[in-house]
Amino acid sequence: MNKENQLALARWAVDQAKKAGADAAAVDVVNSRDIEVEVREQKVDKLKESTQNSLGISVYVNNRYTSQSTNDLRENTLTRFISEAVAMAKYLTEDEFRGLPDPKYYPGRQDIDLKIYDGGYESLTSKERIDFAKAVEDAARSHSDKVIACTAGFNDSEYRSVKVHSNGFEGTAEGTVYSAGAESTVRGEGDGRPSDWDWRTFRFLKEAVAPEVMGHSATERALTKIGQKKIDSGVYDLVIENRAASRFIGMLIGPMSAASIQQKRSFLDGKLGEKIASDKFTMIDDPLLVSGFGSRLYDGDGIAATRRVMIDKGVLKSFYVDWYYGRKLDWEPTSSGTSNLVFEQGDKSLEELVAQMKRGILVTGFIGGNSNSVTGDFSVGIIGMFVENGRRVKPVNEMNISGNLTEVMNQLVEMGNDPWIYASWLRPSVYFRDIQFSGV
Amino acid sequence: MAAMTRREFIANGAKWVAVASIPAVLNINPLRALAGAEAPMELVDYLKLFEVDQELIAKIISAGLDRGGDFCDLYFEHRVSNWVGLQDEAVNRAYCNIDYGVGIRVVNGDQTGFSFTEELTPEAMLKAAQTAANIANQSAKPGPVEFSFHRAPNYYPVEKVWADVGIDQKIPVVQELNAKLHDRDSRVTKTRVWYGDWTSTVLVASSDGTLSCDYRPMAEIQAGCTAEQNGQREENSYSLSARKGPEHFSKENLDKVATEAVKNTVVLFDAVKPEAGEMEVVLAAGSSGILLHEAIGHGMEADFNRKNESIYSDKIDQQIAEPMVSIVDDGTWESARGAINIDDEGSPTQKTYLVRDGILRSYMHDLISSRHYKVKPTGNGRRESFRYDPMPRMRCTYMLPGPHTKEEVIGSVKKGIYCESFTNGEVHIGPGDFTFYVKNGNLIEDGKISKPIKDINIIGNGPEVLKRVVMVGNDLEMSVGSGMCGKNGQSVPVSMGLPTTKVSAITVGGINS
Repeated sequence: MNKENQLALARWAVDQAKKAGADAAAVDVVNSRDIEVEVREQKVDKLKESTQNSLGISVYVNNRYTSQSTNDLRENTLTRFISEAVAMAKYLTEDEFRGLPDPKYYPGRQDIDLKIYDGGYESLTSKERIDFAKAVEDAARSHSDKVIACTAGFNDSEYRSVKVHSNGFEGTAEGTVYSAGAESTVRGEGDGRPSDWDWRTFRFLKEAVAPEVMGHSATERALTKIGQKKIDSGVYDLVIENRAASRFIGMLIGPMSAASIQQKRSFLDGKLGEKIASDKFTMIDDPLLVSGFGSRLYDGDGIAATRRVMIDKGVLKSFYVDWYYGRKLDWEPTSSGTSNLVFEQGDKSLEELVAQMKRGILVTGFIGGNSNSVTGDFSVGIIGMFVENGRRVKPVNEMNISGNLTEVMNQLVEMGNDPWIYASWLRPSVYFRDIQFSGV
Repeated sequence: MAAMTRREFIANGAKWVAVASIPAVLNINPLRALAGAEAPMELVDYLKLFEVDQELIAKIISAGLDRGGDFCDLYFEHRVSNWVGLQDEAVNRAYCNIDYGVGIRVVNGDQTGFSFTEELTPEAMLKAAQTAANIANQSAKPGPVEFSFHRAPNYYPVEKVWADVGIDQKIPVVQELNAKLHDRDSRVTKTRVWYGDWTSTVLVASSDGTLSCDYRPMAEIQAGCTAEQNGQREENSYSLSARKGPEHFSKENLDKVATEAVKNTVVLFDAVKPEAGEMEVVLAAGSSGILLHEAIGHGMEADFNRKNESIYSDKIDQQIAEPMVSIVDDGTWESARGAINIDDEGSPTQKTYLVRDGILRSYMHDLISSRHYKVKPTGNGRRESFRYDPMPRMRCTYMLPGPHTKEEVIGSVKKGIYCESFTNGEVHIGPGDFTFYVKNGNLIEDGKISKPIKDINIIGNGPEVLKRVVMVGNDLEMSVGSGMCGKNGQSVPVSMGLPTTKVSAITVGGINS
């Protein structure tokens, strides 16, 4: 479905909803083409190709609200589907805060090219995808004779979406995303088979990281884990490698949403304007970043996207306020969720951060764990490297770190200069002091 | 319409899943015409639902085998999911999703070609079959000439099908549960209730000439609450789920949900953190089966083993645990969330022994791995929906009862913890490291349950921990909550079970004294 067809369908659906008795309606039409190639032992393990379409509609009837979606886009079925949605809404309880956003929040949308669509997408062939994945696997396997298993892949997606609101909003977006990489498993000591991965994502084919880089890195990372063991419980310094640091950022994001605040589920409730982290921590939500993986011109509510400092030198400056919970709290809407997250960087590389550690643990991956959004308590499993006097001494695993986010965010002493650019959260490596580790 | 992503791997309890809902009272569900008091139905009903006949199916399979390949299968699926939600004392949201399509797979050795289409026209299905066919590069193979219909026993009878239950019948249940939550404790300040149901109807056709069908209902209710005391806040949730109709939400069951949700929340006011480090851990009967799911379950899925990735890859027939330990993965546990009548490749379900009397017995297989290992399929080939190709997945994974009483197990611990409720877990297949997150539990001191604990992650190594299972209770229970298992980006509902069990040493995330 092209953009014009999508727009026509969305407008039609909005009209249908109004005809069926809705006061207001919002429609999203999304379609994507997805291709997935998986290669193992230089043979294609899996080849998957598909196209999908969906239509989602939110209807409002006297402040009553329901949201429904379907992938059956035949006109007859859709007509019936929409009138049923309207009929169902009538059963629900009136909620004065339900409704489309005030149209005054729609203008101000930037008229810029976010550069998230690769015009060359169509020319990519199956053979090129397979050859790329084979090259990643070949590099991973040739890196060491200890490799006992390796799967490499190349995936891509081309997507197109439109959003139409009955009170005047219309928006369209289209983009391409490619990702490629490998997971490598190596022979360890005893029964263990350490493994690790290197996958990267890119918006444009020409930005693809060389297959050799990812292949070698996946295997090298697995090799460094050979002999991993837990060490004594205790208090250690902690450096989290950039790509793993999203686990940490993620624990802050949920409690920053208006829904969490309004539902009294957030330890950040009442902390706006207060210092919640070390002054080394500045986090900016930037939807307009060129070629970002979270780049967008409007948010889920259709509200024009703007760059926003969320945490400024440790001070909480803004929450993620969507339209509905914003109204409940009587707050101005900001953004319905994260777009791209960028962080104020320090001046040291990961190596330089590690070199500063007297006695600490470099965490290269997390496993499981969770956090309590109401109290900020967390406990998560880690995998990494014990560091003494700036030198990597031995690989560790089967350990947990625990604490409270309010305290731990103030123990952050330095950010790295190495943002992970292959995701929408461009987090650098982070250094924390005196963290609780449990092991033996 | 935005669906929030469920956590990877196991996630229990209330998740703010936004999917969608239809007023079945208004009779638009195509299944409604087929619905009897007990789930459907005859083959002809399934064919009618997907607007196909055997001749067309044979033609599509032939197109799939046009470039050779060992076999081709079609997975037709129709799914209706409904959610009704209460927040701030009002039933003020409802979501419904309708999903309809066919996944077409061609397998050549261990290579898979896959495509799906959401349009069930002959043209769209033939095109998808041709795409999947590209995995092979030989001369065409003939498709099936005729089909035989395999009727599987039904492990999840329902009193009433969901297509007959309108939102008007669900709203009072949600309100009743909400009232119960407030009744339980005056410290409860915010409540959230979700009432969900999904019904998936599947038809599997294979180039070996078999046709099989399944009708899979699911009932799910989740209650979450925030409680406040002297400026301190805590929240927690409880869920109840089964392959049943609305009869699952009886007064007794709603009482149980309310009681557990509130009790598990207010107890957190007094909860402490245990000391960090290795200690004795007792797992309560029931959802503690998450231990098995992570410590051994995933590692015994045959795809990880045929690819040489699992720590269990060369351990079949070896003694890996005490003789009192037997672990099964069972699709036949009546009405359990993880039960299936057939798997998503059409193979019959079964009760599979992973470990018998301490000895590792069988992996969980799909068709590709059972051909690889030259064994019979175990009925573990599952997929999230028609959009995905199947792989070996768990169903209801549990440990058989052992010789000890619960009191003996707890009484044997000098200093340790007792774990009762969990939110999520994860495993790394190669090294065998796994974790699970304890939301509720207690310290055990001198053989007695003492202070409550909260929010700790437990981490161990699968084979090591199985060796350290030193006591197994006689009180097996199956989890009753809404567990989802994630693997390679696909989520499927599962159940887990365990008798009261003691692990002699495992690392507990806590505070260093």
